[in-house]
Amino acid sequence: MVSEALISAPLNQVPPSEILGPDSERASGVIEAERVTKIFSHPDGSEVTALKNVSLKVGAGEFVSLIGPSGCGKSTLLRLVAGLERATEGSLRLDGKLIERPDAERGLVFQNPYLFPWLNIHNNVAFGLRARSVYKLNKELVAQYLDLVGLAKFGRVYPHHLSGGMAQRASLARALINQPRVLLLDEPLGALDAFTRMNMQDEILRIRSEKRITMIMVTHDVDEAVYLSDRTVVMTPGPGRVETIIDIPFARPRARNTPDFLRLRSKILEILHFAGHFEEPPYQI
Amino acid sequence: MTAENADLAAEGPVLNKAILGGLKALSGVKAILALALCLTLEITLPPSGVQPPVDRQYFLYFLILCAAVFLLWPALFFKKPSLRQAMKGKDDFYAAVFIFLTVLNLLTDKFAVLPVIFFPSPDRVLSVLVEDFTYLIVVCLGSSAKLLLTGFFSGALAGLVTGIAIGFSKPAAYWLNPLIKILGPIPPTAWIPIVLVAFPTTWSGACFLIALSVWFPTSVMTSSGILNVQNAYFEVSSTLGAKRLYQIFLVGIPAAMPLIFTGLFSGACASFLTLMTAEMVGVKNGIGWYINWQREMLSYANVYAGLIIIAISFYSLITLFFKVRDRVLVWQKGMIKW
Ligand SMILES: Nc1ncnc2c1ncn2[C@@H]1O[C@H](COP(=O)(O)OP(=O)(O)OP(=O)(O)O)[C@@H](O)[C@H]1O
Ligand SMILES: [Mg+2]
Repeated sequence: MVSEALISAPLNQVPPSEILGPDSERASGVIEAERVTKIFSHPDGSEVTALKNVSLKVGAGEFVSLIGPSGCGKSTLLRLVAGLERATEGSLRLDGKLIERPDAERGLVFQNPYLFPWLNIHNNVAFGLRARSVYKLNKELVAQYLDLVGLAKFGRVYPHHLSGGMAQRASLARALINQPRVLLLDEPLGALDAFTRMNMQDEILRIRSEKRITMIMVTHDVDEAVYLSDRTVVMTPGPGRVETIIDIPFARPRARNTPDFLRLRSKILEILHFAGHFEEPPYQI
Repeated sequence: MTAENADLAAEGPVLNKAILGGLKALSGVKAILALALCLTLEITLPPSGVQPPVDRQYFLYFLILCAAVFLLWPALFFKKPSLRQAMKGKDDFYAAVFIFLTVLNLLTDKFAVLPVIFFPSPDRVLSVLVEDFTYLIVVCLGSSAKLLLTGFFSGALAGLVTGIAIGFSKPAAYWLNPLIKILGPIPPTAWIPIVLVAFPTTWSGACFLIALSVWFPTSVMTSSGILNVQNAYFEVSSTLGAKRLYQIFLVGIPAAMPLIFTGLFSGACASFLTLMTAEMVGVKNGIGWYINWQREMLSYANVYAGLIIIAISFYSLITLFFKVRDRVLVWQKGMIKW
């Protein structure tokens, strides 16, 4: 389904292996959300419908962004996929298997890195291996993944010595070392400055093309969504649902300022009812 | 300005620097001066004769020992920076200590201004420390240590168990919380009348009281430490594949460690208090019992000797405690130092 969209796209120069690499021939990492409704009950008896009838299918190795105003249920959808919440109605599946609880096959990275402060970076990254009792067999993986995120020299350092960007890369490595089929990212770059953020975006793309993991990322940044994803899911609140899904058929590496890029960007902004505000030339101060 | 003048002008500061440098090299000048004063007065002034005499001049020996340490310190530990550091910047402090000893010696031994019964001379206190050393350390301190450590570790263990249970299990919290809220604030020593008759031996009763005084703060701090762990840490660990038990021991407890140590510290302080009270009231040995016994016999030199031993041992225990804590909590930033 994804590759079809890519082939039909005018600007497509992406070989199919960009998305479906040799590793993912086993077609793993497919997420299906079917008519998912999530209702939160508050202690005072009131109820909030965070998601209503949301259906979404994410293909193996696909990169999907979730975008939308605050409170439209993006985090809730991600937490449902992670297994941290149970759907009130509907079902979520990974490769056909019902998602019932958190599992190492579905990694999650929050906006705050939440590194365990009592473990040094090496042991933070090794956490998943130890938790699954496979550390002894895979010790050398820790160094590999630290290297993957550019923290090879920081294994013995404690988290409070790291900058925000470094901490976020460490938490990325910690999630990736479990070799999850799906990586869920909840505004992972939201707290970073513009330069670190753009570097991290490239880093995520590099890791993605190396590891071929399905990724779902929540973001508030339309540029980020257009730059990174194969598809962008635009959500609207009250109750949270999927408004549209936009294909982003550009080859990677992408330039951030081609006319096509800007056209898609303003299209998404339009859907979010922000277009008017952004119609001035983007480089005007 | 002529060349000669310039030479002279330069000489002044150079000389000053040399003197200053020399003074600095002689580490502990003030302390050594105070010590010299103390020694001189001890040697030159005759004792008042009111204080009971001692076999040997222990205070004099002590001062000579101090002098040896202070004078030889720089030479002896020239190569060990850690030991050199131990004296650095403590000059004023040691000077004050020797001034205090001088005044004390004058008020007690030399002029007997203070009541002799309650204020023995340093000579007498030191003589008790030296002559009763084996009895004080092996018998009294040994017995106290056994009681304290048994009580402390069983109380700490019980506190950790109940604290963790309350932190992680709803039913445990339901049943244990009221127990802790009602029993906890009662000072352990208030139980003495009951415990002394209810337990088979006073020793086991005292042990229970010490354990109780450690149990309460440890339990409260452990449970609140665990309950205050950000849920995100548990969520992250579960998405990394950690099961419940693994989360309890490798996320909840490490995250609660700073508060657990606070609890253990309050527990340690409470246990010292309980130990002393228990020994003075019921237990028939230990350093607290010794002090009380000597007080009844009006041997205040022995009372002070006992107090000095208590001070040194509790100080050592607390120092050891903080060493362990600093080891365990290296990961914390801006840790409060002891
Ligand atoms: N644990 C919860 N208990 C009660 N209500 C919740 C809970 N989590 C989310 N909600 C509600 O569900 C709705 C969607 O929340 P969610 O966090 O998914 O939004 P979001 O799209 O991630 O917003 P943001 O962009 O601000 O992060 C909100 O109205 C929120 O108040
Ligand atoms: Mg959110």
